[in-house]
Amino acid sequence: MKTINIKYLLMTCAIAALSFSCSNDDDYTPPNNGGGGGNGPDFSGVYAQQDQMGRPAVNTVFVSSDSKNMFNMTIPSQQNAGFQTMFQTNLEALSPAFANPGDMNALGQDSAAFSTLLATDVLNLSLDGTTTFYDGTNVLTGRALADDVITVELLLIFGGEDFSENPTLSNDNVDANDKPFLTSFPYLAAPW
Amino acid sequence: MKNMKIYVGIGIIAIAGFLLVAADHIDAPAVSGGTSDITDFYAFQAEDTDNVVFVANLQGLLAPGSTDAAAFDENVLIEFNIDTDQDNVEDMVIQAIPRDGKMYFFGPATPSNTGLNSTVLTSATQSSVDISTRTTPNMSENAGMKFFAGPRDDPFFMDFAQYSDIIAGNATGFNNPGSDTFAGTNVLSIVVEVPKAMVGGSGTVNTWVESKRKQ
Repeated sequence: MKTINIKYLLMTCAIAALSFSCSNDDDYTPPNNGGGGGNGPDFSGVYAQQDQMGRPAVNTVFVSSDSKNMFNMTIPSQQNAGFQTMFQTNLEALSPAFANPGDMNALGQDSAAFSTLLATDVLNLSLDGTTTFYDGTNVLTGRALADDVITVELLLIFGGEDFSENPTLSNDNVDANDKPFLTSFPYLAAPW
Repeated sequence: MKNMKIYVGIGIIAIAGFLLVAADHIDAPAVSGGTSDITDFYAFQAEDTDNVVFVANLQGLLAPGSTDAAAFDENVLIEFNIDTDQDNVEDMVIQAIPRDGKMYFFGPATPSNTGLNSTVLTSATQSSVDISTRTTPNMSENAGMKFFAGPRDDPFFMDFAQYSDIIAGNATGFNNPGSDTFAGTNVLSIVVEVPKAMVGGSGTVNTWVESKRKQ
């Protein structure tokens, strides 16, 4: 299943990339920048939503598979009303760390509070200092490139009140990127 | 003990859903693998602490050999949304859209309308950068902002393969150390650095990224 999925994904990406790059310029009219009255690129038209993302992974995981497109088409201000109950139900079914009444994660959130936080899929960003998904002190003040967001989310889902529960499910033991990030713009490492 | 087994079983099924979405890679059938598929979103304080950085990644899992063939889609608008008054409705957007080898940027500016449909804010501050190739990075600066668009190493890391083994019933937990399934793969990145003063100044803002296709 794993191998098939990854191969399928790679193939899909490759085909999509190839086909789109082939068709990209077919209908493009070069801007006329010579002299007066020249037209720049055409930016006219209406653009309709297809995908959206705030926080990594944790939101989409709680959306049942037949609702994933709908979640991408629900504006954040309406996501709590539309999805919090689904998130709480799925969280309680998913994790033994939320199986009993009163169970909480290490942020002191029970399943209702945690799912309420998650259901509105926006990434909080502090304009006043440290920006991190979670660094042991600061919580949800941004998402830095080096943040181990998957392990943080696994710990909050499976780790229980003190991060000690379900240890084999609460850390994927990949703690850093395969290439060092840059300290300066554009920050992401050069491509392979 | 029986309950524990049931929970683990349910957990594994639920993890299957989790695994298949990774960060936001291929998260939903309508966009999976296409040119509007957002794989990741980052927002963090810049090297110059008066600035913040927004990153949108698209079209993940590009092998080095297929990276040159990957391209931004001229029919897909990428929109960074910024809510400054805690109602989870965007008060400002930064738009990015490619034309003929350049990525054009508009904003930050108040959108003409919020929600699912957008028009390009051509009267807002306009900036652009030549789209980078795999071997030649291009960057630009305008109005106190910095811009990049092109392939980068996928900054996301996770033992996706072991997750998949757990789903398939071939493993009961993660390995230690794990193995980064995204190692050696690229994404198409859009990176914008903007002064904090242009996106709210101080306090906490709510941010998210959207892809929108021309109708």
